[in-house]
Amino acid sequence: MTTGTTDPFAYHAPTTVREASQALSRYRGDAKLLAGGHSLIPMMKLRIASPQAIVDLRNVEGLRGITENDDGSITIGAMTTYYELITSDVINSKACAIAEAASEVADTQVRNWGTIGGSLAHADPAGDLPAVAVALGMEINSASARSSRSIASDRFFRGYLETALRPNEVLTGVTVPAQDEGSGCAYVKLANKASHYAIVGVAASVTVDGGGVCTAARIGITGAGPHAVRSRRAERILVGKELTENVIDRAAQRGGAELAGMFNDDVHASAEYREAMTQVYTARAVTRAAACAMG
Amino acid sequence: MNVEVTITVNGTAHRLSVPPRTLLSTLLRDELDLTGTHVGCDTSSCGACTVLVDGDATKSCTMFAAQADGSSVTTVEGLASNGELHPIQEAFREKHGLQCGFCTPGMMITAVQILERNPSPSEAEIRSGLRGNLCRCTGYHNIVAAVQHAAANSGGD
Repeated sequence: MTTGTTDPFAYHAPTTVREASQALSRYRGDAKLLAGGHSLIPMMKLRIASPQAIVDLRNVEGLRGITENDDGSITIGAMTTYYELITSDVINSKACAIAEAASEVADTQVRNWGTIGGSLAHADPAGDLPAVAVALGMEINSASARSSRSIASDRFFRGYLETALRPNEVLTGVTVPAQDEGSGCAYVKLANKASHYAIVGVAASVTVDGGGVCTAARIGITGAGPHAVRSRRAERILVGKELTENVIDRAAQRGGAELAGMFNDDVHASAEYREAMTQVYTARAVTRAAACAMG
Repeated sequence: MNVEVTITVNGTAHRLSVPPRTLLSTLLRDELDLTGTHVGCDTSSCGACTVLVDGDATKSCTMFAAQADGSSVTTVEGLASNGELHPIQEAFREKHGLQCGFCTPGMMITAVQILERNPSPSEAEIRSGLRGNLCRCTGYHNIVAAVQHAAANSGGD
């Protein structure tokens, strides 16, 4: 063999979500869904994951594409790639933070294969899309052989590489709720220079009324802690006020307050540094989202 | 149990039976003897293994061959046609866009993708587009110049 590889596995490429879920059930938690594979395959090479079976979603119908619904919401299929998100007119005009985050992921080749569903289901603590999912209030749609449901993004990420998905559930896509008039969003990231993973990434979505007063705000933070979180304490400071530099700075000081005692502390950045950068990037994300909302 | 893979590589159709864990890079190099696709880091960082899969630049060390079933793949061996170098190959020769040459196949394939999506990229766009390809000779200056040269020669303006 020229190249390294993974432990052996059985390969399945079902054509329906139902069959995919049944395959997951059959292997009792020892099968992995394969989307773009750009997180899973490296983990398998390192033997961090050695599943008995791979259930490749590439032939499953209906998991790909971006649809604007009549109510203004957007549905994105789980197998939609970063490149498709970056080049989508709908995404760029209605939910630009998704395109901003997708264009920050890794490199050209990885963005050709990496998918939104894979990113969310993998729940890498430094993944970019989870922060945006939280800030835009996405609903994560999942299905098993028997039922389907939607999970609110701020209750979806549970821990390091851990989500609210059940072992037999397939993440089928997300729904981005309609953004109100006067809304703007943004994603900003402090990237590790070598890996380009987020040391800290912050997504913000704000809505301002005709008088410049903030009527709604959501902030999602990634990279800083064990999983993406919503920073409600920072949001509360913004709502009901004009988004002046002073107000944004005060909110940013509470950015990531939910992660107190849980900031990641590793070779890439200390907990103190991540905490400080979470505040800095919260201010930048809110400032950009506000400019977009008022633009 | 093996999986059946039907794959067209550089215009030639193949049908192979391989273990599921076979990577696309392994299939190309060991089954089809197309050793122009290099394996550098084997961790999807260096981009030396980049090939086009249905036109998309792809790190072939980070894809199971089974995922490419039904696909059309172009490797560096497929760039030239009828003895004529591809414009990107011509540009790498003209601008000395290689030193040891190890990263070159991946660089050229990614450059093909960059120019296909944007026929007249800025220097910054070329550098950003090549972010997933590492040159350990650090010959980036001439590599970028080669991509610019290819863009200029292909009529991009």
